[in-house]
Amino acid sequence: MADGILVKQLNAWFGALHVLRDIDLTIAPGAVTAIIGPSGCGKSTFIRCLNRMHEVVPEARAQGQVLLNGEDLYGPRVDPVQVRRRVGMVFQKPNPFPTMSVFDNVAAGLRLDGVRNHALLDEAVEHALHQAALWGEVKDVLGKSGASLSGGQQQRLCIARALAVRPEVLLMDEPCSALDPIATAKIEELIVQLKKALTIVIVTHNMQQAARVSEATAFFLLGELVEFDKTTRIFTNPSDRRTEDYITGRFG
Amino acid sequence: MRRLAHSTRVTGGWGDHLFRLLIRAAALILLVIVLGLVIVMIRAAFPSIRAFGWSFLFTSRWDPVAEKFGALPLIYGTIVSSVLALLIAVPLGIGAAVYLSEVAPPWISPPISFLIELLAAVPSVVYGLWGIFILAPWLRTQVQPALGATLGFLPLFQGPPYGVGMLAAGLILAIMVVPFIIAVSREVLLAVPNAQREAALALGATRWETTRLAVLRYARSGLMGAVLLGLGRSLGETMAVTMVIGNRPEISASLFAPGYTMASMIANEFAEATSDLYLSALIEVGLLLFVVTVIVNALARLLVWSVGGAVKAVRE
Repeated sequence: MADGILVKQLNAWFGALHVLRDIDLTIAPGAVTAIIGPSGCGKSTFIRCLNRMHEVVPEARAQGQVLLNGEDLYGPRVDPVQVRRRVGMVFQKPNPFPTMSVFDNVAAGLRLDGVRNHALLDEAVEHALHQAALWGEVKDVLGKSGASLSGGQQQRLCIARALAVRPEVLLMDEPCSALDPIATAKIEELIVQLKKALTIVIVTHNMQQAARVSEATAFFLLGELVEFDKTTRIFTNPSDRRTEDYITGRFG
Repeated sequence: MRRLAHSTRVTGGWGDHLFRLLIRAAALILLVIVLGLVIVMIRAAFPSIRAFGWSFLFTSRWDPVAEKFGALPLIYGTIVSSVLALLIAVPLGIGAAVYLSEVAPPWISPPISFLIELLAAVPSVVYGLWGIFILAPWLRTQVQPALGATLGFLPLFQGPPYGVGMLAAGLILAIMVVPFIIAVSREVLLAVPNAQREAALALGATRWETTRLAVLRYARSGLMGAVLLGLGRSLGETMAVTMVIGNRPEISASLFAPGYTMASMIANEFAEATSDLYLSALIEVGLLLFVVTVIVNALARLLVWSVGGAVKAVRE
């Protein structure tokens, strides 16, 4: 069973700009948690805090507790590099390594971990591509550049690349915003499959998407967590007025 | 508001037509200049080509008194001094560029970039003077004796320490091309999309692994371009090299020994070329330099194409 995440009093800044305020949130294991909210509300910053990617931007910092399986990712002796091996991430725009083949893209994380055994790599790459529902489409072009695939395939390649190192959590930052509806449908199907083995946190601008794939939904506004509840409840009977205004399209 | 009918602009067909003619002429003139240059050089070099044939390329005797000319030591000197310069300048230049684009705090980049541009603007004769009065004595008294004592078993570091010679030429060229390599490499590295760095970081790559995996690989064709720019400059550099290479047309395995480059030979001996054949031989050296440059650039283009193809597909 995958591990859940417990977020306690998380704050984040860009320089002097306070972009996340006192976030408390429990992300259930083996489920999909969606983060919604208007642009600039801090939702991307929030998930980037979950694998300590927020702090790679100059002048950005975060404070608080993020407990993965009881262990604080912001603990004093925690290496952010190790955190990122346990918490994978998929970005808004597909970003495969263009100079690497499809195979090498998926194997990149394992090679960073020092895996050199060919049989092991072959097996792990095939498994990750199966998990990302891409194997059938690329099994004959594993040697071609990762950039030669279509946009939707590139994004699934990026998912396979993240899955290959067997993370416990997969963060997805608007993974479909650069894709057409068919490619989007494939990724959504994939998300539903993947949650059996993984904890997934997805940021999305698309409320139908949040409704379709997630069990729980968090609504962020101006750096604060306004409401967090079961997805069905958020979309049918939200308790906060601002949530209702947002999901009914009155702003944002 | 001005009415369209009264506009004084030349619009429609013939303004565009004139513009097209002008830019086409500009492009054609370049072609004509290059072709004209080649034709004139071949004609002027013809007496020497006829007298020596291929042996001009493969013999080492350069004897104006007997009117026997062979340019092999010049070709050797040009290529060896440039390769030596690149061996030093490429790691240094790309290393500095990686520091500036990946590691350095943002405030440090502008002053360093300014200094680099300053370095590139120093006239080569000044580098040459510095080479004669500071670099060469330092090599003679400190570096070459030390190298000879420790690595003297290698043919590269044998022979008397003159100071001036191939090593001095390579070093001075390295110093001269490093600013160009840094400036171009830095631009190339800064052009690598941040999404590539984030992809590597999110996989659990350290900073160095990110640079290697995402940045240097992505930028490799551009970095190759930076190296080639450096090579092009060092092949043709004349003044500073002439002042420190020693100007002796000989091929020696040792980097301590004096040498000669094609460009230095032309600069040094043009005024003394009294006979027609001597002059013609010098022009043939110029033609050779041109050909070597073209070959190096063509090879470089091929290299860039062969590694650069994949990257273009993603660079939107």
